Amino acid sequence: MTFHMQATVGARGFDVGLNLAPGETVAVLGPNGAGKSTLLNVIAGLLRPDTGRAEIDGKVLFDLDGGATTWTAPHRRGTALLAQEPLLFPHLSALENVAFGPRSTGTARKAARESARTWLAAVDAADLEARRPAELSGGQAQRVAVARALAANPEMLLLDEPMAALDIHAAPLLRRLLKKVLAGRRAIIITHDVLDALMLADRVIVLEEGRIAEEGPTRQVLQRPRSRFAAGLAGLNLISGILTATGIRTAEGSEVAGHQDEQALPDGTGPAGTAGQPGVAAFPPSAVSVFLTDAHGSPRNSFAVTVTDLEQHGDQIRVRAGGMSADITPAASADLGLAPGMTVYFVIKAAAVAVYPA
Amino acid sequence: MDQANVGGYHGIPRWIYAIAAAGGLFVLLPLAAMAARVNWPQFIPLVTSESSLTALGLSLRTSAASTALCIVFGVPLALVLARSNFRGQRLLRAFVLLPLVLPPVVGGIALLYTFGRQGLLGRSLEAAGLQIAFSTTAVVLAQTFVALPFLVVSLEGALRTAGGRYEAVAATLGARPTTVLRRVTVPLVLPGLASGAVLSFARSLGEFGATLTFAGSLQGVTRTLPLEIYLQRETDADAAVALSLVLVAVAVTVVGLTYRRPTHPGQRSARTGSADGGWNEVAR
Repeated sequence: MTFHMQATVGARGFDVGLNLAPGETVAVLGPNGAGKSTLLNVIAGLLRPDTGRAEIDGKVLFDLDGGATTWTAPHRRGTALLAQEPLLFPHLSALENVAFGPRSTGTARKAARESARTWLAAVDAADLEARRPAELSGGQAQRVAVARALAANPEMLLLDEPMAALDIHAAPLLRRLLKKVLAGRRAIIITHDVLDALMLADRVIVLEEGRIAEEGPTRQVLQRPRSRFAAGLAGLNLISGILTATGIRTAEGSEVAGHQDEQALPDGTGPAGTAGQPGVAAFPPSAVSVFLTDAHGSPRNSFAVTVTDLEQHGDQIRVRAGGMSADITPAASADLGLAPGMTVYFVIKAAAVAVYPA
Repeated sequence: MDQANVGGYHGIPRWIYAIAAAGGLFVLLPLAAMAARVNWPQFIPLVTSESSLTALGLSLRTSAASTALCIVFGVPLALVLARSNFRGQRLLRAFVLLPLVLPPVVGGIALLYTFGRQGLLGRSLEAAGLQIAFSTTAVVLAQTFVALPFLVVSLEGALRTAGGRYEAVAATLGARPTTVLRRVTVPLVLPGLASGAVLSFARSLGEFGATLTFAGSLQGVTRTLPLEIYLQRETDADAAVALSLVLVAVAVTVVGLTYRRPTHPGQRSARTGSADGGWNEVAR
C-alpha cells in the first residue's frame, strides 16, 4: 500500500520519480522555479504531465505511458491540496467551508456538519465556526483550511508552503498543529523553512531545475548536505569536487583539506568514501576566519576571495565571498575594515571541514 | 481598491474635473431638456393611456424574459470563454460580441432570415406549427440577440478576475465539476452575474431597431415602449416626451437599485472582489 509516481512535464523541464510509504511525510525543498508546485499540481490532477504514471494504494491516478492512457479527475483522487493562501470560500462560514469536502462526496448535511465541528475542534478553531473567512486572521483562516483539507479524508495531503503567508506569531502555532495532524498521515509538504522539514517530515527531497538533486532522511540531509541548496538550508558552506586521501580536489584544481567523518549517521549509513569518487567538503561559517594576508599552514585551508556582501546575522557579521560565508564579530569586521570588493583570505582548519561522498 | 486610500492623494489633475464635468453634462443636459418639455398637467393621463400601459407592460415582460434567456445561454458562454482553451476561442468571442457593434436593424434582418417564414430555421418551425416572426417571441429573441453580449462580457470579466484557484481547491476536496460550479464558481461571481443581468435588462428595455425589423409594431403583441414612443412622436409629441421620461425612470430605477458597488465585508482581498472586474470589462 504505497504511493508511487513518475512524471515528466516537457515544457517545464520537470522529471521526477517519487515513492511514499503509508503514513510518511516528505518535505520538498528547493529554489523558486525548481518545480515544487508542479509536483503537487501533477499529483492533484490540476496539471497533466506529458508522460508518466502514478498510483496510490493500487488506484491509478494517471497512466500516460503506452497506448491506452488513464486519467483520474482531481475530485476522484483523494489528494487534498492546502495552498499558501487559505483560499477559504468567501461566501461560506468556517463551518460550511470545512463541511464542503464531506458534503461534496455525498455525506448528508447534518453528518457533514458534525464531522466539520470535530475537525474544527482538532485545529483549535471550534469557536470560529460561524465566522466568514473575511472575519478571520491569516493564522485562523489557515487553521480552518487545514481542518477543511483533513475533513475531506484524503489519502494524501498536499501542502504548498502552508506557513509562507503567515506572520511570525501565527507560523509556529500552525507548525505545532501540523505536527500533530500529520503524524501517521501520508503528506507532501513544500517548504522554504528548514524548521518545517525538521519538525514535520520523515524524509527530505531537494528539487533543483525540475529534478531531484538530493533526497534522504531529514537529519542526514541537513547534517551531510550534498547539494548547494541543502547546504544553504543547513547553514553550511559546501565545496564539491573529487575525494582525495586528505580531502577533496575541486574542478579548478585547488585542494581542500578535511577529515572523512567515520562517525556513523543516525540511520546507519556510513559516510566513508574512496578516493577518486565525487565528494563534497562542508563547513560552518563560524569555522571560517578572515585575514587580510595569506596565513597558510598545514593543516589549514586558505582561500583568496573577494568580498561580495556584508550583512548582520544574529550578533555576528556574515561575510559573503567567493560563494562562501564566514561569520565574524562586528569588532573583528571593524578591525579588518571589511567592505565589498576587498580581497581577503578565508582560513578554515582542516579539522572543521567534513568531507564525504556526494 | 484599498479603503485606506479614500480621502488620500489621488493624483487627478484639476483640469480633468472640467472635462469630466463637460462629459457628464453631455449626458444629463439632453435628459433635462426633455424633462423641461414635459406637459406636466397632462402627464398622468398621457402615460396611463391604454396604449402606453400596454406598451410598458409588454416591455417589462419581454425584457424580463430576454434577461432570463441571456442568463441561460450567457453563463455557459462566459464560462467556456473564460475558463477553457480551444481553437477558435477568439473567433467565438468576437462573434458573441458582434451585436454590441452591429446596427440593431442588421440584427433584425439576420433574425428574420433565420426565424422568419422563409428563414433558415423558420421553414421547419412553420411546418411544426410554430410562427415566430412578428410575435411576442420575436420581440424576446431580438432583445436577447442584442443584450447577450452585455451579460457575457460582464461575467467573463468577473470569472477572469476571480481566477480558478478556488475551483482547484474545491476539486481536490472531492467536489464534482457540477458541484464546484454550483457551490463555488457561481456564488463567487454573483456580483458580476448580477451586474451583467441588469445591463442586459436595460439593453433589452431600450431595444428598437431589431425589434421593429424582426417583430414589427403590433399593439399589445410586439409594440414595446420604445416603439410606442417613436410612433407617438409622429402624432402626439407630448405623449412621446412623457413616455420617454417613464422609460428613463424605469431604466434609472433598475440600474440604480440592482447595480451598486458591493460593500459587504467579504471584499478584503482582490480575489474576492470580482464584481468590479466585470464592470471594467464592459467599460473598456
